[in-house]
Amino acid sequence: MARVKFLCDADRCIECNACVTACKNEHDVPWGINRRRVVTINDGKPGERSVSMACMHCTDAPCAAVCPVSCFYTTADAVVLHSKDLCIGCGYCFYACPFGAPQYPKVGNFGSRGKMDKCTYCAGGPEADLTSAEYVKYGSNRLAEGKLPICAEMCSTKSLLAGDGDIIASIYKERVMKRGYGSGAWGWKTAYKETIAS
Amino acid sequence: MLTKRRDATSGRARLQGFAAGLASGVLDRRSFLRRSGLAAGGAAALGTLSLGSVRKAKAGPMQPGVAVEIKKNICTHCSVGCTVIAEVQNGVWVGQEPAWDSPINRGSHCAKGASVRELVHGDRRLKYPMKLVNGEWTRIGWDQAISEIGDKMTEIRQKSGADSVYLLGSAKFSNEGAYLFRKFAAFWGTNSVDHQARICHSTTVAGVANTWGYGAQTNSYNDIRNSKTIIFMGSNAAEAHPVSLQHVLTGKETNRANMIVLDPRFTRTAAHATEYVRFRSGTDIAVIWGMLHHIFANGWEDKTFIEQRVYGMDQIKAEVAKWTPAEVERVSGIPGEQLKKVAETFAKQRPSTFIWCMGGTQHTVGTANVRAYCNLLLATGNVGVFGGGANIFRGHCNVQGATDLGLDITTLPLYYGLVEGAWKHWARVWEVDYEYFQSRFDEVPAKGGRPARTRKENMETPGIPSTRWFDATLSDPEDVDQRDALKAMVIFGHGGNTVPRMPEMVKGLEKLELLVVADPHPTTFAAISGRKNGTYLLPICTQFETSGSRSASNRSIQWGEQVVKPIFESKDDYEVIYRLSEKLGFAEQMFKNIKVENKRPVPEDLLREINRGGFSTGYSGQSPERLKAHMRNQDKFDLVTLRAKADVAEVGGDYYGLPWPCWGTPAIKHPGTHTLYNTNLHVKDGGGTFRARFGVVYAEKQPDGTSKNVNLLAEGSYSLGSELTDGYPEFTYGVLKKLGWDKDLTEAEVATITKIGGANPDAVGWAIDLSGGIIRVALDHGCIPFGNGKARAVAWNLPDPVPVHREPIYSSRPELVGQYPTRPDGRQFRMANIGLSVQKAAVDKGFAKSFPIILTSGRLVEYEGGGEETRSNRWLAELQQDMFVEVNPADAAERGIADGSFVWVTGPENNSKARVKALVTDRVGRGVAFMPFHFAGAFQGVDQRGNYPKGTDPIVLGESVNTITTYGYDPVTGMHEGKVTLCQIRAA
Repeated sequence: MARVKFLCDADRCIECNACVTACKNEHDVPWGINRRRVVTINDGKPGERSVSMACMHCTDAPCAAVCPVSCFYTTADAVVLHSKDLCIGCGYCFYACPFGAPQYPKVGNFGSRGKMDKCTYCAGGPEADLTSAEYVKYGSNRLAEGKLPICAEMCSTKSLLAGDGDIIASIYKERVMKRGYGSGAWGWKTAYKETIAS
Repeated sequence: MLTKRRDATSGRARLQGFAAGLASGVLDRRSFLRRSGLAAGGAAALGTLSLGSVRKAKAGPMQPGVAVEIKKNICTHCSVGCTVIAEVQNGVWVGQEPAWDSPINRGSHCAKGASVRELVHGDRRLKYPMKLVNGEWTRIGWDQAISEIGDKMTEIRQKSGADSVYLLGSAKFSNEGAYLFRKFAAFWGTNSVDHQARICHSTTVAGVANTWGYGAQTNSYNDIRNSKTIIFMGSNAAEAHPVSLQHVLTGKETNRANMIVLDPRFTRTAAHATEYVRFRSGTDIAVIWGMLHHIFANGWEDKTFIEQRVYGMDQIKAEVAKWTPAEVERVSGIPGEQLKKVAETFAKQRPSTFIWCMGGTQHTVGTANVRAYCNLLLATGNVGVFGGGANIFRGHCNVQGATDLGLDITTLPLYYGLVEGAWKHWARVWEVDYEYFQSRFDEVPAKGGRPARTRKENMETPGIPSTRWFDATLSDPEDVDQRDALKAMVIFGHGGNTVPRMPEMVKGLEKLELLVVADPHPTTFAAISGRKNGTYLLPICTQFETSGSRSASNRSIQWGEQVVKPIFESKDDYEVIYRLSEKLGFAEQMFKNIKVENKRPVPEDLLREINRGGFSTGYSGQSPERLKAHMRNQDKFDLVTLRAKADVAEVGGDYYGLPWPCWGTPAIKHPGTHTLYNTNLHVKDGGGTFRARFGVVYAEKQPDGTSKNVNLLAEGSYSLGSELTDGYPEFTYGVLKKLGWDKDLTEAEVATITKIGGANPDAVGWAIDLSGGIIRVALDHGCIPFGNGKARAVAWNLPDPVPVHREPIYSSRPELVGQYPTRPDGRQFRMANIGLSVQKAAVDKGFAKSFPIILTSGRLVEYEGGGEETRSNRWLAELQQDMFVEVNPADAAERGIADGSFVWVTGPENNSKARVKALVTDRVGRGVAFMPFHFAGAFQGVDQRGNYPKGTDPIVLGESVNTITTYGYDPVTGMHEGKVTLCQIRAA
């Protein structure tokens, strides 16, 4: 079974936010909730790079590890999903997540955050696939229709890649070979320092 | 960082306020759906969900088990022309899917394209016709609106003349809508008909057409994949044309191409460049001449190309000699060594393409800038080749098409101009007497010592540019060269915050007797002034709610089909223009050959009429049937060449979208032209030469006072397979006769030519031959109908035939103004242009000291144009909630301005001021500030939300940059100065 992944090619990302609005459009995500966002570092300076972030569907997901009601589960495709019926809106996952993926619909104290919402990799939730019940809580289920996440499909520069990790890796490898320098990957310099050109 | 997408807190703080607005919006929409019999089964469940649950409105979700219709249309935002795939259930647009087959976007979108579905669900749309009654917005019906507007227009016509009604059209029209609006102006009897091209690329069109023939992008977005060197100058494509970067960045990677960005601001495009060059706004000519200085000094120019295909390069060389690296650095700020490197790269690592946008065009020297760019391309032999060319990225989704179809104060559709021959050509196409049009125009009395104009002279006189309509309203009628001052504005699809000097524009609005805004949204025009009466809002649907074709920047024409029926009470442009012409009494004549169904002219018929008359620009071969076949067969076109294989059914051999010129009648199946002026291809494969539109010889003045005849036809250069192996003039019936090729014409063709030519059939040229015979025969002999001429490095008919650097009106360097002053005061387009007086006054008053910061403007990726539509889109509005000004950290520190705090930006004219947030960033250099131009709805510190009709106010409002921007107009086109003025900034 394939393990699906997201990868954002920071050499290509131009911070156009198509991934953000495509997601909003597909799932009708309300104002104030961002399942996906674009983060820019060194904004306005040489070396400016942007990277599109959402739930990274971790292999050993910290959100699942801290969830007091065990609402998270990982699908056979390695997508991390959760049940809004079980979620109590405690916010632990928000603190655990290194990517800021969990979102809460309400602003307030003490459990008044409402049910957590996050990127589903366009894979819906525990309800039966492609039902209204599923759509109402989690948005559309493109994976069940045989499609990939809309954010990656609509990416303006084909920077954001989604799909089987092996295929993404080969696409990315080919790009890196063609470029003939560093990798363009966000974090490259952190990992390999300035001595290796990017 | 400020408010931007990365800041969670500012969004949070506003969340509650907006949540209230959204909740009511949901109710509206739900009740709307219920009325349409579409109340969803899940509605009960919706009630129990809290505000933040994923699904709130039922307009979006796919209903399981309900049939899905797929509709194909084109994004209505920028000029890239991305295909939009819409999923429709029960007449409601429920989903958007990637359009994988389109060779232009291959499934991709930017933030705007990925959110277009909201445009046809937007609860902030104008829902029904409205009028102002003593300052109150009142709902009225369509019939009443059309009747009252028509009566008032007629009254103004009788009192002040046809020229007193200004017809402002739109780059958001389809080609058919643009054509219809231009035709409407002809029947009404004015040339004051314009659209957004005036303020984005009018200088490009004028400058480029005067250089080599047509004023359009020579290559395509896709073709940039072939480039080895890519220069962006005054173009921030990453924000303005995001999907184009797919082609640019792929090309950059696969060719290891040089991507060089020259811009006063370190843009998001610059962030991906291999070289970034910062220069002072408004010094483009100095920079280009500086590059050419190195190129000529080192012999890097393409000598063969210049010899064979360029006129006047020696004169450019003489001017360029003055621009030594030291002088270029003094004026522009670019170090000589950096510019030398850029020049060498551009000249040697070919093919090189030069991309420019409004950073180059929106200047008092816009036309000259553009010609300087063209000269750089010509000198390095980079025109007419794959991977090279002037890749001029146009702005709006159909600004190319609307320009082509003559929404322009200087021409009838398809660049025929306003001369008698042009009017007679279109009169023949429309089958209406030429004399009728003449009778519709005003007679103009002599004014201020300037001569009077007869009706005929007036119909051949350009109108007033959209940048200055309010000057024509506010001026003493004696100073405006038409019967009377401007009394009415009829505005279709055009923002009100798009041109400088807004405080004066507001006064102009208040003085108008009639203001008609026909648009999906009320726009700034409706909200900004203190008007109490005489104002009408007509709800027009978007292009997704109608059908028609639009021309992308690369000249490809794409047909969009109706996704859903017009929502609320809105109607499409075609129907509203029809109803107006019906009311004004010329519908029968105007729609003589066009089928009208329930008062809606059929766009296919409109396109057929365009085809019948559009020979000059090759808009003649793109029949609706062919365009629809292209949309059906998008997957057959190659990503790089844009061409379908020869053996493919329906579209075999065609270039995608039949990019104009698509020569002759649809029957001869010309494939369109992917790359203009490309001599490496046969003309039947989209090849060509430079257009011989400037004559055969030119009597060039010599230093000794005599004149010498210089050949203007190409020498030894011709397109592949041409039977004429040297330059040749434009084809006429007479030229065919001389060549003995007239025998190839059919009898019917000769009959048509003879009928058109009357006493002198030999003079009938290819562009007015309605049979298409001359074109057909020329192509059969491998020749291009418009002749094989030289490009002109020197355009003798324009001010500054050799472009020269001129300081901006409000220059930050007053010491340079004496040496490089702007053009002398003069009169253009019926009014005075007092640029030099304003410049002198600015220097005398020491504005460079009291307003020490250069203010420039530009786009954000989330918004488009004036921004009413995109700021009303909740998915986009959320991403960019505040108007801001980018300030350099040093300037901010001097003024005690903190990032994210409010500041007052003040300008040198009208005591103008704007209260906006500060974004402190190195993106702008010291002494430079940048403001985006998409905002309106707040004016000089006053919030104007209450001025919009209830429920139609955009979600995000803000101050407009054009409140601050100032005087300055290009003498050739009336383009405003949108990129350089002066300002002061202080903490609020």
